This record gives sequence, structure tokens and C-alpha cells, in this order.
Amino acid sequence: MIKFVLMVNQQGQTRLSKYYEPVELSKRAALEAVGVRCCLSRGKHQCSFVEYKDFKLVYRQYAALYVVVGVTDSENELSIYELIQNFVEVLDKYFSRVIMFNLDSVHIILDEMIQNGHIVETNKSRILAPLTAIDKMADGLIREETPKTEL
Amino acid sequence: MSDVVEKTLTALPSLLSLDSQPGSAKLSSNSKLGNLIRGITELTSKHEEEKLIQRELLLIKEQVSSPNTTMRQMKELMVRAIYCEMLGYGVSFSYIHAIKLAQQGNVLEKRVGYLAVSLFLNESHELLLLLVNTVLKDLQSTNLIEVCMALTVVSQMFPKDMIPAILPLVEEKLNHPKEIIRRKAVLALYKFYLIAPNQVQHIHNKFRKALCDKDPGVMSASLHIYLQLIQENPEGYKDLAPSFVTILKQVVGGKLPMDFNYHSVPAPWLQIHLLRILSFLGKNDQSTSEIMYEILDESLRRAEMNHNITYAILYECVKCIYTIHPKSDLLEKAAKCIGNFVLSPKINLKYLGLKALTYVVQQDPKLALQHQMTIIECLDHPDLIIKRETLELLFRITNDQNVTVIVEKMLDFLRISEDDHTTIDLVGKVAELAEKYAPDNEWFIDTMNTVFSLGGDLLQPDIPNSFLKLLSEGFDSVEEDKKLRLFAVNSYISLLQRDASKLPQRFLQVICWVLGEYSHLREDLEPDVIVRLLAKLLDMKSSSSETKCWVLMAMTKLCPGGAALALVHNVSETYSSSLDTMLRQRAQELEILSQDSELQAKVLPRSASMEPVEVDSSLSFLDGFVSEALAAGAAPYKPPHQRQEELSRSKALNLEPYGLSLPISMSSCSITDRQSPTLLSISSGLSGDSTDFSHKGSSTVLKLDGVKRLWGRDGYLAQKEPTEEAPRIEAASPVRSADQLGNNNSQTPTPTPTPECDQEKQQLASSLFVGLASQSSICLMGKSDQPSQRFRRKTKASGSSEQITNPLVFPSDGSDNLLYKNLLDSPDLDGSPPEQTPGLDAPNGACDAEEESTDADMKEIKTPPIRDEHVTAEASPHHDPDRSKDPSLTSHLPAELSALPHSKTTTLFSKQNLDVSACHVQKEDSVVLVVFISNCSDSFLQQIRLQVDSEELEVSCVSDSPSEELKSHSVAVCQYFLTVKRPSVHFDLSATVSWQPPAGSPLTTQFSYRLPLTAFIRALRLSTEEYGAKWLAFSHDTKQNLTLIQGGRDPLAATLDVLKRKLQLHVVEVIGVEAIVACCLQQDQPCLMHCRMHAGMLAVWLRSPVPDLPDCLLYCCQRALQEL
Repeated sequence: MIKFVLMVNQQGQTRLSKYYEPVELSKRAALEAVGVRCCLSRGKHQCSFVEYKDFKLVYRQYAALYVVVGVTDSENELSIYELIQNFVEVLDKYFSRVIMFNLDSVHIILDEMIQNGHIVETNKSRILAPLTAIDKMADGLIREETPKTEL
Repeated sequence: MSDVVEKTLTALPSLLSLDSQPGSAKLSSNSKLGNLIRGITELTSKHEEEKLIQRELLLIKEQVSSPNTTMRQMKELMVRAIYCEMLGYGVSFSYIHAIKLAQQGNVLEKRVGYLAVSLFLNESHELLLLLVNTVLKDLQSTNLIEVCMALTVVSQMFPKDMIPAILPLVEEKLNHPKEIIRRKAVLALYKFYLIAPNQVQHIHNKFRKALCDKDPGVMSASLHIYLQLIQENPEGYKDLAPSFVTILKQVVGGKLPMDFNYHSVPAPWLQIHLLRILSFLGKNDQSTSEIMYEILDESLRRAEMNHNITYAILYECVKCIYTIHPKSDLLEKAAKCIGNFVLSPKINLKYLGLKALTYVVQQDPKLALQHQMTIIECLDHPDLIIKRETLELLFRITNDQNVTVIVEKMLDFLRISEDDHTTIDLVGKVAELAEKYAPDNEWFIDTMNTVFSLGGDLLQPDIPNSFLKLLSEGFDSVEEDKKLRLFAVNSYISLLQRDASKLPQRFLQVICWVLGEYSHLREDLEPDVIVRLLAKLLDMKSSSSETKCWVLMAMTKLCPGGAALALVHNVSETYSSSLDTMLRQRAQELEILSQDSELQAKVLPRSASMEPVEVDSSLSFLDGFVSEALAAGAAPYKPPHQRQEELSRSKALNLEPYGLSLPISMSSCSITDRQSPTLLSISSGLSGDSTDFSHKGSSTVLKLDGVKRLWGRDGYLAQKEPTEEAPRIEAASPVRSADQLGNNNSQTPTPTPTPECDQEKQQLASSLFVGLASQSSICLMGKSDQPSQRFRRKTKASGSSEQITNPLVFPSDGSDNLLYKNLLDSPDLDGSPPEQTPGLDAPNGACDAEEESTDADMKEIKTPPIRDEHVTAEASPHHDPDRSKDPSLTSHLPAELSALPHSKTTTLFSKQNLDVSACHVQKEDSVVLVVFISNCSDSFLQQIRLQVDSEELEVSCVSDSPSEELKSHSVAVCQYFLTVKRPSVHFDLSATVSWQPPAGSPLTTQFSYRLPLTAFIRALRLSTEEYGAKWLAFSHDTKQNLTLIQGGRDPLAATLDVLKRKLQLHVVEVIGVEAIVACCLQQDQPCLMHCRMHAGMLAVWLRSPVPDLPDCLLYCCQRALQEL
């Protein structure tokens, strides 16, 4: 089971976090700081899985960005490792079309892929379908309201 | 391929973080979120960040509450609020606005509103109620996007109580023409199943329809439900196995649309999901497993492409092959496949290979031999994670011959490990191995010393506890006991003579206890030498007051007289004015007892350290004091859970149903619940009881226990007799080990160790893997079923500590027993891995369905139904209800019992042509356990013996195993009278059956059976006057608020009716909003209940002369009302 997904930059600052089990706000910061430090300190020749408390962290680095996923011990780490890649490929597909940074869009994409700690969709076009539909509708709405938008 | 993608992705981070990329910076220059993120990125200190965010929060707060803020701005504000909360700054002020946004916004705004709600609120948050109407509206919307997002949010979180409001709408969506809507509806139903399984009971056939949906997405969504259902009750879904196999065949065969591929592998995560389902279905089931062999073989073959994701599938495949009923050629292929993993230069694959190997060596220890050189290399791997995983593997293959080497490796790791969790875990494992396989006293004490020193105060309290218990209970030989104790004493004296200030507190406490109890064994040493050593500990600054208590206790036991009396007097004087009450108490005891040696001998008799201490857990001796205090106007005592509930009720709307607040493990920790712990620990401490640790932190003990006790004391490997052990370790030379391996391993080809391998490694290998091959050959022949264990406890102790089958308290013990069983009939390797036994916490749902059928069974014989027992069977780790529906067994019920109500017959064990089933029959005054032993083979089974034991129940034989031999296809029936020794919510019976098959050696197996308390509860018919008289006389009581059954005109009557029906309680009288109810536990142990409706709840007050009975019965009432 997946416990949480984090996106962190190289300084260890959280860019996105999503928890699939309730974790108190106050505990999240500590969990993220320590967990991420574990991942950041590891070298290329070391494996991408880290033990952390009673669960495991699976991480993958994309230049300055790290995606870290916390999973239970019974999870197949390698499949999660590839899930991260799939997630990032989906982001790539979406954001190469509309270049803008949206925390909300990344979350919406993630919601399509993982729910309640389980992988619910991995088909890229299906993951993006709801979001693109929303975009299209929003586009239409914006055009009606304010013809010249700074989008 | 993936490299190319990764290259294109390198642009992504800068995109996301907005660092130094001019394009994106420009585009988002208007974005306030962008500014915020950039601002934070530039900051260097936490303090600055806090200032910035606080400023930002003020801004957001101001704007969200402004009436002029448009929904569009609100959306933007919400995203910023999400960002702030993500950084750890609460934004509760914006929660309500998030809900408003979801209600009022246009599509994108609405989606962000929903998103914010799902991120901000947790499932039990009261504001979630406000979302229900919005969801309801959106589900009915003609805009598919809105329907879609409503379903998405529902499948993430939804208030449990409101499910009925939207359930019909969601169900309707299962027939929607759009796949995405159907898929999301299935996921929403899955969520409902997770949070309220009862609510979706009726739509199970719709799940089947979803499974057969023409769209693969809808089908895969339904798998989530099935994985869950099958995990809880594999028997109920065996008929679906061919469907899952067909689906997997189609997926593997590339029949899905191309866009399901990931790097040209067809739907890999779907494959993994299906393999998991198959392994649950095929476990312990030969015929179902046979359906899967072909596709598993094909999966192994297809997954040849060299990509991570194919390895992920392979790993799952291997696990499945080793979980289901074994097939030799598949096992061979799977083993080869593991080889590809562990030999891979890719570190991630190596890791997964080790993990797979750790899993499979539990079934086949020989596999470790095949990869011994790789394992040794991994042991020296620079990556600690790999090293750690290797130790995990070694832990699984430890036996009495390699224990010293493996423990040494573990201790080496502990010395460099900095992670607390790893330390706790490993220290527990070392302690367990040491206790199980220690070659000699010296090694054992030394190893435990290292455990205590390294584990420090992180140590789980049960380690010192069980160590002391081991020392005090002793083993079979008095002489050996003495030697061990003496060695411990000597070792500790020398430790104290050196610098003791570095030793952890827990260790010091152990030392104090041992010296206090056993230093008299050193006859050459005057007690005052020890007292002086102990006194040194008191002066150390680092000593905690708890340790000081232990020191004083030890001094009290040593009762020096003579030389050190002055010192003792000094000490007690110093501490009798301590601010710490415990310390003061101990000092007082020391003072008094040191002066009165007669009293001391009486209070602390030397030989009594191992006798259990009777503790009056209900503190009934305080009753007089309490009634006086009550009469003087004191408030009655409320247990903590009730106080908590009342507090939370007064604070907020509470939508959670009440219940289950009693500790389920009550029966095992009855000493600590709700009574004053201080008094208890004083009394137990005084009498020198070694279980002192558990008294102090019993809640932690229970929680942590599962971590350590992955492997019970019986171990999972059959052992050779210890006499053969020692010389082989020393004598093993590289040459010898090589041919030793060759000999032992003739069936499975071992890669011959490469000549370059240096001698050192070979030597290590021979000491690490010694005994593995020989062992497995032994157990294949079924000879050795007696694990040799150095510290074999006396039988008295073993009854309580080794056979614990209460799965609620020790969740892992079940797997241990299973594995133990496996070794006995090793040809079919069908173990249960420890991580795959979570079926224990089966939510009520699956059980309820079965219970209904139980009811149906009962109606035939027109007697009150017995509830609850199927839950037991579910929870029992040895449950194999394959043939539980077999009605023929009940025809074997003895005539005098057949007319009485009996529980459903549960198959407890089925192996080697022998089936053991059981049910319990409720007689008027007692309960009879009926065990059916059926011989399904065509030959005679001889020397059948059945032994039934229980901690909480008195088991007496009505008719013992009647037959020394059992004809083919016949059934032997054994009956046991059960009487309650002490009340508990459930009663676990552990049983051992042994038999002699026509060919081969005798076999033994263990299983457990569980009865609910309700089986022993009978109605107690008495008048109101009698009730009144009894009420005052009973001292044990408990109070709690229960949920009323709503709906009818008279909730009190409805609730009472349920209790009457399910628990056979007798309603004495109903007066307005109050009712009095009575029942008894097997005739002579009454329990009275007083109920009053108050503020929509049923306040119940239970009283009984029997300790724990009110608590247990209360729990049963809670369950009965919850299970509606």
C-alpha cells in the first residue's frame, strides 16, 4: 500500500505532498524532513529504496527534483519505482502542452492515478482525460467571460 | 527507451520549481502561487519561511472572507492555502471556503474546491457533512465532468453515515454508457466497502458485473474490491479463479489496447494486481492452484524483456508461485528467476532479489545455499539497505549451527546503524535468536549483554522482561539453571566493577534484578559486596529514578545484615525524603525489611521468585473506601475511555458510532486496565515478580510485540539434536564445505563456487549456511518434529508463552505455527508469509454475510442462534473453511447433543488425508466442544491423539479420542466440556492432534479454535426484588454509553430486543426510559445490567461478582449492536 507521495527539490523543500493515511500536520514536516534527507544523501550506486521507520521509501531523481513514495513493506518496490516514472511521464505529457505551473493540476493527476493508497489507473491518456476535459471547458468559459486572458 | 524519456524529463523540475527558467518564470509572473514558491525557495532559514508564510496566511484569510472575492480568485487562494498547509502551517480558516468553492464554482473551480477539501479534511471531519449536498447535486448533473469529479471525491473520502444518501445514485452509475463514469463508480463503491462494508453487502453481484465489464479500466477497478474481499475470505471466491486466470492470460497475451502498455509491457500494474489475487486464491488449495500453473509459467516466460517493470512482475510471479500449492517445475523456474535478480549488477534488482529470497527461504531453505556467495557479497555491500535486507534473509535461515556467525553479523550492523527503528527491530531479532539457539550459557549472556547495551533504552520492554522470565522460570535441569544464573551474576558483577555509567538504564535494571535474586549463588561473596556495588549506581548522575527503584528493591532482597547495614540505612534515609513517591516507597520498604529479617524472609521468600503473583485486579479490597467516599459526595470513577468520550461529545458533533473502546486484548492484560497502576506495580514489585516490566508499560508491550515475534519460540526450522552441532563450525574448511554442499544438494544443481572466491568468504559461507541442506532433507523424511532449543522452557511455562494463538494480540504467531506445520509435512510447501496474514482484522462485512447463513442453519433446528462464531473462524490463523459447509459432519453429532443449538462446523485443519473440524454445542448449563476427526484416505490412521488446552477455559474430556485407529473414510468424534476459568471476550483453545499414517512417521499438528463469550452466557431469570438485592452485593462494575438502535418507535425496546436475541439476556423489567437486564455466565456467575436512555445513547451499567465479566459482556453488547 502507498502511504504518501512527495515531490521535493534538492534543498529538501516540499513541492507537493499527498498522504493516503491521516498524518497530523505537525508530524508531516518531521517525516518529510527526515525521510527526504535519507533519500537525498544516497548516491547513484545505492539502491532507490530506503527503510524508514516501519515503512519503505521509494525515490527517483529527475535532475533537481525528487519524487519520494512511502510504501508498506508488503509493497513491490520496483513496481512503485516504475509508477513514479509513469507519473512523471504523465506530467511531462500534460505540461509540455500547457506550460504553466499548477499545484492543483499535479494533484488532480495524482488523484487519477492513486486513491486510498492503491494504484487505480496507469493508462496515460485515461489519467489525463478528466483534466483535459476540465481545461477545455474552462477555456471556453474564460473566452466567454474575458476574451483576452493572460493565460 | 526510458533513458530518452528521462532526458526529456530533465526539463520538468525547473518547470515545477520555477527556478531559473526564464520562460516559465515569465509565464507565471502573474501567478501569486509562483511568487510565493519563488519567495520560499530563496529563503535560507526556517524562521524567515515562517514569517513569510504567516504574512501570506493573513493575506489569504483576509481575502477569503471578503464578500467581493470571486470564485476564480477563491480558487487561486485555495491553491495557495493548500501550499501553505503542505508546508506545515494550518489553514483551518479556509476549510469552509473550500467547501463553498466546491459548491459554487464552475468546473475547474469546483474541481479545485473538491481537491482542497480532500487535502484539508480527514474522513471524520465534521465539515465533510456540508459536502454531501454538493456531491448529491453533482452526481445528478448532466455535465459528465461534474459527475466524474463528484465520484472522484467520494472515492477519496465520504462521511460513513451519509453513504445511504448517495448509494443509489452511485449504483446507478455502474450502468453508465461512459467507461470513466462506470470505473469511478466502482472505485467509489470500493471506498464504501472500505469504510462501511455492511452498506454494500447487497451489491456484490454488481461487482461481478464490473469484473466482466467490456472495458478493461472498469474491470481493473473492480479488482481492488476483489483483492480486499479475497484477502478476507478466499473461500468465498474460489469460483472466480478461472476468470482471473483468463483475464491475466489476455493481459499477458497483449489483448488490451495499446495505450494500456507501459514501455511496451502490457498493463504491468494490472498484472501485478492479478498475481496478488491469484496467490490469495491458490494458497493452501491444490485444485485452484492447478488452474494457475499454466499462466504463471507463461508470465515467467513472457517477462523476458530487460526492463525494471518486467522484473517487478517477475517478483510478484515468484512470490505467487511460492505461495500457492507448489509445483516442482514452476518452483525450479522461479528459483532460477530469483538467481537473475540477485546476480544482477543493478542494485535495485539485487535488493528485490534479496527480498524475494527472504520470502522463499521460509519455504525452502536450500535456496539460500544456491546463492550463498551472492548473499555473502551482499553482506559486505557498501549500501546499508542491501546489508540490512541480507540480515533479514539470514535471520530466516538461522539454526543452532550458524547462530553465532549470524548474530555476530547482526551485532556488527547494529554497531554502525543510526536508525532507531532498525535498532529496535534488529535487537529484538538478536534476542530472539539468542534465546532460541544459544550454544552455551556464556555466549547467551554475552550476547544478551550486547543486546542490552546496544539496544539501550530504545529496547522493547518485552526483551528484558522475557530474559528475566527465562532466568527465573528456568529450564528442565536445575543444575543448568543454576549455572546460567551464576554466569549472569558473575558477568554483571564484573560489569559493575568497571565503569557502569555508560550502561543504559534498562540494562542496569536487569542487572539489579538478577543480582538481587541470584547473587546468593556466589557463595564465596558476601552480600555486602553486592550492596556496595549497587549503591554506586545510586550515586551515578545518569541513573533514572526508575533505576534507583530497582536498586533499592535489589538491596531489599539482599537483606544484608552485618557489614553493609549502615550503608543501607544511609541509603534508605536519603531516599525516604525523595520527591519521587515510588522511590520513597521503596526506601521505606528497604528501611523496614532490612531491620526485620524475619519479615523480610516472609515477604520476599527466596524460592518464590517464579511463582505467579495473585493480583486482585478489581481492587475489591478498596470497595469500603470507595463507598465511603461516594457517600461523602465524591464523584464516581469513570474509566479513561468514558471520560474521553464524554469530553469529545461535549466538544463537537460526534458522528462516529461508539464502541470498541475497550481494549480487545483485555483478557491478556487485565491487570492494567482501568485500575490504578501504581498500586499494582508496588505489590508486584515487592514480591519480586519478574513481570514488573510488563506492568509498567503494558500497552506498549502489546503493541510492539508483533514486531519482534515474527517468529515464535518454536522457530520455523526443524533442528538436529544439539549434540551434533559444534565441531562442524570450527572444522569447516573451504574444501570440505564445497563437497559438503555437493553432497547435500544433489537434486538441485548448485553453481560451484568460483575459484576466485577467496578463502575467507568460503569459510564464512560454510559457517553461515551450515545445516541448511541437511535440515531440509531431514524434514522431508518427516523425522524431526522436535525443534531443539537450548533454552527449552518447562512445560508449565510453555503453556502460557509459546502457544499463544490469540491473533489479536500476537498477530504473527499464526504464521509461525503455519510454518511450523509446513515443516512437518514438507513435501507440499504452502506456507504463509508473515506479511500475508492480515486477514485477521477482517472488517465486519464479510463475516456478516456468513453469519446470516449461520442463522439459516439454526432455524432448521428451531433454536436460538449462536452468533459470532464465524468471526472467530475468520480470525483463526489455521482456518481452512474449504469444507466448512459440509453438512454431513453434523450428522455425527452425538444423539444427546444433536437437538441442542450448535455453532457452524468449522474446518480447523485439513492435511495429509486428515480433516479436523469442530463446533460447539450450547447445553443448558455448559458448553460442549465437539471435534470431528475424519480420515479421508483409503487407509487406516493409527494412534490418533487429540489434546485440547486453553488458558481461560477449563477443558475436561467427555469422551476422549475414542479410537486408537481410524478406519478409512470414517469420522471420530471427541467431546470436551468447557467451563470458564476467567471471563474473556473470546476464548482460544489450542489443540494438538497427532496421528500415525500407514506409511511414514507420526505427524503432529496444532490448531486453534475460538469461542465467543456469548456461547457461555445464559439468561438469568429473577424478579425485580431479587435483582435489587443482588445489585448492591456485586462489586465489579463498569459503565459505558452504547448506541441505540434507531428507527423504530421505541429505540429502547428495539435495542433490548437485539441484546436479548443475540446474547440471550433476560429483560427483568422495563420502567420508562430505564430497563434492568440479567444474565449469567454458566449458571452460577451472574451479571446484572442497568440501562437508561439518555441523550440519544443507552447508558449501561454492568455489575457482577466476577472480575472482568462486566467489561467482557459490555464488549459483547457493543459488538452485538454494531453488527446490525
